Amino acid sequence: MFDNLRGLIDKIKPTFSEGGKAAWLGSTFEAFETFLFTPNTTTARGSHVRDGIDLKRAMITVVVALMPALLFGMWNIGYQTSLRAEQWPFELGTAASFWYCLWFGFLRMLPLIVVSYVVGLAIEFAFAQIRHHQVNEGFLVTGMIIPMIVPVTTPLWQLALATAFAVVFGKEVFGGTGMNFLNPALVARAFLFFSYPTHMSGDQVWIARDLWGSDAIAGATPLGEIATGIAPSASALDMFIGIIPGSTCETSVIAILLGALLLLVSGIASWRIMLSVVLGGGLMGMLFNAVGANAYMQLPFYYHFLMGGFAFGAVFMATDPVTAAQTNCGKWIYGFLIGAFAVLLRVLNPAYPEGMMLSILLMNSFAPLIDHCVVAANIRRRNNRKKEVKA
Amino acid sequence: MSNNSKVFLGPLAKNNPITVQILGICSCLAVTAQLKPAVVMALSVTVVVALSNLIISLMRNTIPPRIRIIVQLVVVSALVILVNQVLMAYVYDVSKQLSVYVGLIITNCIVMGRLEAFAMNHKPWESMLDGIGNGLGYGVVLVILGAFRELFGSGSLWGVPVMEKLGMYKIGYENNGLVIMAPMALILVGVIIWIQRSKDKELQEQ
Repeated sequence: MFDNLRGLIDKIKPTFSEGGKAAWLGSTFEAFETFLFTPNTTTARGSHVRDGIDLKRAMITVVVALMPALLFGMWNIGYQTSLRAEQWPFELGTAASFWYCLWFGFLRMLPLIVVSYVVGLAIEFAFAQIRHHQVNEGFLVTGMIIPMIVPVTTPLWQLALATAFAVVFGKEVFGGTGMNFLNPALVARAFLFFSYPTHMSGDQVWIARDLWGSDAIAGATPLGEIATGIAPSASALDMFIGIIPGSTCETSVIAILLGALLLLVSGIASWRIMLSVVLGGGLMGMLFNAVGANAYMQLPFYYHFLMGGFAFGAVFMATDPVTAAQTNCGKWIYGFLIGAFAVLLRVLNPAYPEGMMLSILLMNSFAPLIDHCVVAANIRRRNNRKKEVKA
Repeated sequence: MSNNSKVFLGPLAKNNPITVQILGICSCLAVTAQLKPAVVMALSVTVVVALSNLIISLMRNTIPPRIRIIVQLVVVSALVILVNQVLMAYVYDVSKQLSVYVGLIITNCIVMGRLEAFAMNHKPWESMLDGIGNGLGYGVVLVILGAFRELFGSGSLWGVPVMEKLGMYKIGYENNGLVIMAPMALILVGVIIWIQRSKDKELQEQ
């Protein structure tokens, strides 16, 4: 079968190569060809050390690492709806089984995922064609993450608009994959947050009412409750497992930790960033505990890791290798400040219940500066050492 | 093209004060949330640039170079105060909406920029054409921004609720809150520059 496919591709290849009829679709063709087969081009001159893990494999690993959170998120969507809906969409009474919850969540998530990928990939392909670039795999992860960090009731046209905005202004204007300085998935979420605030931060956005449409059931997230001065009704254990209302796939810390394990074992994500985000958030939380001026400040510091998007952001967003700091020392600073700012924003600014998104975007834009300072300090240190040797 | 028409038409496209000279960005972000203030602002700036260009050009040979900025400022301030009074007298609500930004025309980079770059060494008639051209070039961008931001941010155009009349809200459409905010205006200016440069080969850097 593969021989036939190979034969077919080789037969139509001249049409898309230079001089062929459809040469303008060259990079689209190339993208599908390399999607199916390993490219057979080899380095012509000189020797290059090549790692077995290329962009495609790195991206796929991240997508696999996202799977536990995605599956749990799907189940949780169904579970949250079944807890509160007056009428369970499948008319099964109140006893919603595991599989029905999962199926319901799957049906709710599927349109979000499809819209995100279709819109994002269409724009990626269009830009690659116009610029005669190769289409690359940069959008695989972004397209997966975008539907995972929005409320389940987000209208699809808004998601499409946000995705388009994020891909064009978060990424393509800077030159495409690897050139962006902001995390595109977070740009999409920030766009939604500032454009349609009622759909992102009201009390009525986190739980789907039925299978279709963007109607929602009242049910505040722990972060939402605490921002309005109520103690979170969910226990720490519930929040750790993730059976709380929230953005689609960010609720379960366990599922996210499973993904984190894969990322760390495979070496795709930086453990320095993950650890330092947790350290920064923890220390900031303890500082507020010590001040303890209001109920939010007295909240045990580890609650911050369990609520909202802290865990998801620390594992999947802050560690994005393109937008994070590159130097090892810079990664510590970058991660620490993300954690600290996230908790700071949550506690001190009730207008932004979720500080993680804004703090990662903020530090994204500072990452190059941090790197510059780290490198400059290193150069200065080495120069001083040279002077000492001479003297 | 004669020299005068080049002076007049240049700023409308190839030498646009906002998209090519990158001047006057601050006010263009501040006043374009709605179309009406944007148009009024564009007209005010056009009047101020045209008249101050004319006046400075008439005086250009008598201004001592060392104190030229202060002389220019006096002329511009006087004109801006006049414009402000006229606005308050005839379109009070818009003048309220524009608030400090009318007064801030004094510091609008386009005004000082054209005085320094053009009026100080060109004849009065030419200078005035240059002023009108630059004012209108600024105005074109302001009107585009104002129309876009009012339409998608508030769902209306010149105060007329267009989106509601079209029945967009019934099919699930919502106004975009980000478009009202200044950052989106900056992104939109970027988009206009992007489109202009991709059309015009001369503006592209090598």
